[in-house]
Amino acid sequence: MKENTLVLNKDERLGDGEVSCAEPVPSSSTIAAIVTSLGGPPGAVGIVRLSGPSAVSIAGEVFRPMSRKRRKGVRWWPNSHVVEYGEVLDSHGNVIDEVLVVPMLAPKSYTREDVIELQCHGSEVCLRRVLRACLDAGARLAEPDEFTIRAFLNGRLDLSQAENVGKLVTSKSMAAADAALADYRGSSIVMGGFSFMVKSLRAQCIELLTEIEARLDFDDEMPPLDINLVTDRIHKMLQEVDGALETANYDKLLQSGVQIAIVGRPNVGKSSLLNAWSKRSEAVAMGADVIVMTVSAAEGWTSEDDRLLERIHSNKIATSSTSPVVLVVNKIDFASSCAWVDTLSRSFRKYVFTCAVTGKGISNLESAVVELVGLNKIPAGGRKWTVNQRQCEQLVRAREAFVRLQASIEEEIPLDFWTIDLREAAMALAQISGEDISEEVLSNIFGKFCIGK
Amino acid sequence: MRHIHSKIRVPNILLMAIFLPCFANSKCSPCGPTSASQDEIYEVIVVGIQTSKVSSQRRLQKRVCVCWKPNFVRGLEANRIKGHHVLLAKAYIESLKGAPHLSIREAMVTDVLVGKNDSVEGVQTFFGMKFYAPSVVLTTGTFMSGKIWVGRTSMPAGRAGESASHGLTENLQKLGFETDRLKTGTPARVDSRTVDFSGMEPQHGDEEVGWFSFDPDYHIEREQMCCYLTRTTKETHQLIKDNLHETPTYGGWVEAKGPRYCPSIEDKIVRFQDKESHQIFLEPEGRTVPELYVQGFSTGLPERLQLPLLRTLPGLENCSMLRPAYAVEYDYLPAHQCFRSLMTKKIEGLFFSGQINGTTGYEEAAAQGIISGINAARHSDGKSLIVLERESSYIGTLIDDLVTKDLREPYRVLTSRSEHRLLLRSDNADSRLTPLGRDIGLIDDVRWKIYQDKQARILEEKNRLKTVRISGGDLAVEVAEVSSQPVKESSTLESLLKKPHVQYKLFDKHGYGNALLSRMEKECVEIDIKYEGFIIRQQTQLRQMAQQQHSRLPEDLDYFDMTTLSHEAREKLSKVRPQTIGQASRVGGVSPADITALLIILESNRRKAKERTQHQIITSTLAGENQEMSETSRNQTIRS
Repeated sequence: MKENTLVLNKDERLGDGEVSCAEPVPSSSTIAAIVTSLGGPPGAVGIVRLSGPSAVSIAGEVFRPMSRKRRKGVRWWPNSHVVEYGEVLDSHGNVIDEVLVVPMLAPKSYTREDVIELQCHGSEVCLRRVLRACLDAGARLAEPDEFTIRAFLNGRLDLSQAENVGKLVTSKSMAAADAALADYRGSSIVMGGFSFMVKSLRAQCIELLTEIEARLDFDDEMPPLDINLVTDRIHKMLQEVDGALETANYDKLLQSGVQIAIVGRPNVGKSSLLNAWSKRSEAVAMGADVIVMTVSAAEGWTSEDDRLLERIHSNKIATSSTSPVVLVVNKIDFASSCAWVDTLSRSFRKYVFTCAVTGKGISNLESAVVELVGLNKIPAGGRKWTVNQRQCEQLVRAREAFVRLQASIEEEIPLDFWTIDLREAAMALAQISGEDISEEVLSNIFGKFCIGK
Repeated sequence: MRHIHSKIRVPNILLMAIFLPCFANSKCSPCGPTSASQDEIYEVIVVGIQTSKVSSQRRLQKRVCVCWKPNFVRGLEANRIKGHHVLLAKAYIESLKGAPHLSIREAMVTDVLVGKNDSVEGVQTFFGMKFYAPSVVLTTGTFMSGKIWVGRTSMPAGRAGESASHGLTENLQKLGFETDRLKTGTPARVDSRTVDFSGMEPQHGDEEVGWFSFDPDYHIEREQMCCYLTRTTKETHQLIKDNLHETPTYGGWVEAKGPRYCPSIEDKIVRFQDKESHQIFLEPEGRTVPELYVQGFSTGLPERLQLPLLRTLPGLENCSMLRPAYAVEYDYLPAHQCFRSLMTKKIEGLFFSGQINGTTGYEEAAAQGIISGINAARHSDGKSLIVLERESSYIGTLIDDLVTKDLREPYRVLTSRSEHRLLLRSDNADSRLTPLGRDIGLIDDVRWKIYQDKQARILEEKNRLKTVRISGGDLAVEVAEVSSQPVKESSTLESLLKKPHVQYKLFDKHGYGNALLSRMEKECVEIDIKYEGFIIRQQTQLRQMAQQQHSRLPEDLDYFDMTTLSHEAREKLSKVRPQTIGQASRVGGVSPADITALLIILESNRRKAKERTQHQIITSTLAGENQEMSETSRNQTIRS
């Protein structure tokens, strides 16, 4: 049955509010993901891809071109299909990686949307940090195969390919993914904390919404709202999210990488060790998460090494640092026996034999460091990691809403407005996107308060 | 899509009700235009009744539901438009004097006449009369197989003392409609002459009268009537606890639960044991009758216990009861069977409106009444039907919820139901909806000019506030004081108004106001400026979302065939048959993954169709059939 409709949808007072439906645009969000494979041995280069209407502005937030330093306030506008070299910054303005940016503006791109690819160093930590910066700047983590889906929906692939896309996106597999999500939330120890936090924050948002929204409709039947209590709880939630994002071991690693100090006498191979290592990972910086003391196998343990070790220990005591110290016996190919190492086992948490020049033992060193700082507790591999990243994204979005909410509170904007950001926070923290907040809030209102005439 | 600004063509309309003197006391709403009968053939038949312009004048008390001081989202609710039956009926009939195209007829409609192509032809009454029209609106209220309960006793009735309507349900079922049953209740009425108001807290209407309409012709000041507040006592609670087994719900002979927002007094007492007392409002039913409505006191107790129960309330110790509280059960048709225009999907020209769609309340009925009325008239005229999008208005939200969601209790509009509440305010109701009203010919030149002048004044004032600057002076001092924020050496009035706690009144006080503006217009200016950031943000989000949400779904989709959708989604979508992607995403049980899969299927279908068309063009070109080709391209032009 045909039904013609006449829809007028604008508020004349707002002026240009008219919504045009002439050209349906399938997606309004901008998605981001690491599109090179993760989990295996790191490649030299990894790619973070952005696609969507805000891809350029998000890239503009995180990317600083090297050629001509961007003047403040001038928007970055790339030339399509012209590669640019520069740095990626995190939300605090710290440099996290050097990258090549490949802009492919609509419609000449894979998805027919604006696409920006950030070619980063191939290590997982690097890629995740760059991705995180993009999420912080407003991108949404892409669903599995979402780039391909968008490409198809925007008319990019031909019909025979479409059949495959259809199979690719069966809701069955998506449901399985969601179920897997729920499972991981329940079982993983590291994520347990995150997932509990997401759940509990969401419950708190709903509870506050219940309090506030009940009064929007049933003010005359309700006791007055304790504004201070509500304000306090919002502050507390924001602190919780901040705390979670800052202290969660994993997140800290994403933001700053592992801070490693490489110490040793001159000429034991510190710089060649650094070089060998940084070919594999950019995440080496001088700091204090792990101290790597390097000695030369060719010369064995010397009295100078003794003094250095003593200084390390006294420094650690002075700064009350608990960072583990790892012994690296470098130039191992020059030594026949290293029995002396056993006598030092008390001073070091671990020891590793390497040959920086050939790269031998570097991976052992890496896994030793990873084990010591707890990185190995984070399940490696795409799916599990994605789960965690999703929760991380949920918290990032919730934090944005809470920050706006706090601004509203400070500006003494009426309570009605608070519900808008609270709802956004609750939606961000939803188990599955698209949950119906309204119905949940309503049933809470009627369950909790004695209202209605 | 714009239509000529002509006055809506008034069709001939017949209103039919079971019992004429009562017909305007229904909770339903307006059916706009009207017209004279020619034998038994009409252009629109409205079975049931209603009207809402009446309610604007007939209100007894107006209270703005204050949300927050500085309140923003607030509803203007004319308290109990219910009005006394006879009074309303009279008002209604008076309003008909100016409506010569409207006929009324007492009859019990038992069947809908359906012609070829599943389009409606008219209705048939109990006594076998047939009335013909291309549009029929059913507004059956609580009458369709209605049954009222007091304690354990029940009788068929639509309302106390008014006969139920029988036979229509069965005939609608025969046409393939799905029906279900809902329950609601109404509290007792007491004689105001037997009530001692001296100890009660009077609840006056707002001193500053707000109006529903921007048109001053409808601003008729009348003395507002006072409501009174009393409370339940220990004795009330004891009496109920002692007799719980006598109530339908706790006695266990009625399974159906009432709506959550209208709990019976026994429900409140059982569920909120820690509350020692509940508020009870006494509201006058009309200006000339002694009936008082005991708000918040509906009960399923038998009649013999109801008077003793009323008498436990302070001030009602000696009251006499005019009518007991009762519950009513009735048939309704789950509204997924309607389009958002409120026309049924099965029968063209048949519209459902009001409680038949599962709503409760006067505002809900009025909202549907205006849409079904407009669309019935437009349908008779062969014009396109109108739809209000969800984000355009609470009317749109209401209808979208009704036709999309699986509702299990009578539906009431609440602020919480709209995601777009900052944009849906009473202060901008006119600027949101009047242009549409104008487009479809409901707003005449006079009202249109009033509306446009108002908008022009608001715009002009906003521009003035942007440009007028003050430096120092009393206003600056007071603004700094009120807002606890420093005021810059040279500030625009606009920037002052954006500061917390600063209201337009302050400009008036210091001589910076604009005397040409009404209080309502000043409020509009204040809201637009103060909350500009928020409003723009919501508007932007809305615009982004709307493009995808509003894209329409083809009507002939076979959801069961879409194996990439979850089973639940296939089932629900087949049942609801949403008209847009946005609507589909709001159907319960449809996940975002299902929507993605659906989009992919639609795109595949579109490409296949395109490929076929191209193929046809090629074959027809080869065959030299130029005619077919030009036809195809014409079709494409129309589509784009």
